[in-house]
Amino acid sequence: MTSSAIAVSGLRKAYGDKVVLDGIDFDVPAGSVFSMLGPNGAGKTTTVNILTTLAKADGGTARVAGHDVVTETGKVRGVIGVTGQFAAVDDLLTGRENLRMMADLKRLSSRDQVVTRLLERFDLVDAAQKTAATYSGGMRRKLDLAMTLVGDPRIIFLDEPTTGLDPRSRRTMWEIVRELVAGGTTIFLTTQYLDEADQLADRIAVLDQGRIVAQGTPEELKRQVPGTHVRLRFAGLGALDAASQILVGATRNDQDLTLQVPSDGRSKSLRALLDKLDEHTIDAEEFSVHTPDLDDVFLALTGRASTEAIAS
Amino acid sequence: MSTLSTAFGDSAIMLRRNFRHTVRNPVTVFNAVLFPVVMMLMFVYVFGGAFKVQGRYVDYAVPGLIVMAITYGLGPTAAAVNDDMTKGIINRFKTMDVARGAMLTGHVVSTTVRALLADAVIVGVGFAMGFRPHASLLDWLAAIGLMLLLGFSVSWLTVAMGLAAKTVESAGLATVPLIMLPFLSSAFVPADTMGTGVRQFAEYQPFTPIIETLRGLLSGDHPSTGHAIAAVAWCVGFALVGYVWALSTFRKRA
Repeated sequence: MTSSAIAVSGLRKAYGDKVVLDGIDFDVPAGSVFSMLGPNGAGKTTTVNILTTLAKADGGTARVAGHDVVTETGKVRGVIGVTGQFAAVDDLLTGRENLRMMADLKRLSSRDQVVTRLLERFDLVDAAQKTAATYSGGMRRKLDLAMTLVGDPRIIFLDEPTTGLDPRSRRTMWEIVRELVAGGTTIFLTTQYLDEADQLADRIAVLDQGRIVAQGTPEELKRQVPGTHVRLRFAGLGALDAASQILVGATRNDQDLTLQVPSDGRSKSLRALLDKLDEHTIDAEEFSVHTPDLDDVFLALTGRASTEAIAS
Repeated sequence: MSTLSTAFGDSAIMLRRNFRHTVRNPVTVFNAVLFPVVMMLMFVYVFGGAFKVQGRYVDYAVPGLIVMAITYGLGPTAAAVNDDMTKGIINRFKTMDVARGAMLTGHVVSTTVRALLADAVIVGVGFAMGFRPHASLLDWLAAIGLMLLLGFSVSWLTVAMGLAAKTVESAGLATVPLIMLPFLSSAFVPADTMGTGVRQFAEYQPFTPIIETLRGLLSGDHPSTGHAIAAVAWCVGFALVGYVWALSTFRKRA
């Protein structure tokens, strides 16, 4: 038994002339959340399809729970749960019947209890007897994920699970993901929302045009981008003048009475900065450290703004 | 669990799913029964008097309507199969390792059962309208067997058409030839009363021997061996073509 839940190396896939995956490598430790971040068309869904045995790669290898996705498809399918981009629920069946069908297909014992527990957990008890066609978008996603969880798969793939959801449903989805991880489940999550990856993921891989352009923890990725700075706000122009004279390389804003000082954000350099202000008895009204968010990271890495940033 | 029992179990689960769909969407059954019943009323009470057939017209028309009730119910199946393939649910079943073809078997069995139900209604309404068959128990069994075989074989063909179609709409449309063919057969008027070109078509198309065989069985004057063999051969042919076509298309798409 290895400790990686998903191990991918040199994965390639092309549809005709269009190269969708151009040799990607990554490793997902068991029990962690791995997020693949990228704009539409970056190759996220293709990666999910290959890992979940829906598509075959042209080159490279992929192992899920130690099983090769090509030669051991049955074993792979036995340990995974997949929630795709489009809710895979049966509209003409009720919520309960949808879950029951999953339990039947997985030949679970005590199927009624499993179904009832999932309905309770996903707050779908009131809607259990209604057909899925009458569900709202958020309820369909919840039912979809509940269906995926039937039989407690060890590795769960979520392909853009919150795209198109309202903020409240998104938060509910995040809570569920956190609960799953707390229970030891490995999660592979694709998203085009940076804050989602930031919120949930232990590790992030940024995918752009079929290549992984950066990989690491959210913090590591943010550190790769210069732009951490300290923002000082002063009571009056006098203090601002004095401060900008002693802090070389700072950018002043007379209107806001603020000064932006480049910094690496470490405690040592922050203390030095404060000491310097003290020395010259300059008092700042406000002191804050700004780290770049993942939007900045994305922009720096791909040379383009993220979908989210463009949208807003 | 062995592969075979898994496949059987999965097919049963899929069948239950299709039955629930039918119950939730009874319009499809209603349609499949209503149209042939309306046809029956029209042909027996309105046109029937003008047609020269041996014996009473209602006795002549019922076998054709039995076949029509089977084919008329196929449209929703083609649409449902196509819908399954285009919606996300197929991917869920695939990543769960549901037995290959279980979805297809489920559709075939539920369509066949629906067709037999529609036929039961047709025969019942026929009785109310004065249909008086002279079939023995054995003849009835043979007739039901043929209905079953026809339902089963055109279901496979329909499943294949549903898989091959690009959209749900075109899937429904693909079954129209199967619905139209009985009109150009001996269903409502004997083929020898038709014009030359149409008559030849009617004589050689699959539904004429099937209808003639049913007619022979139900009237009690046994069908001609030629028609009976042709009827079974056409059904087996439909089933084989449908099965092979459906499986190869399913592999390509799924």
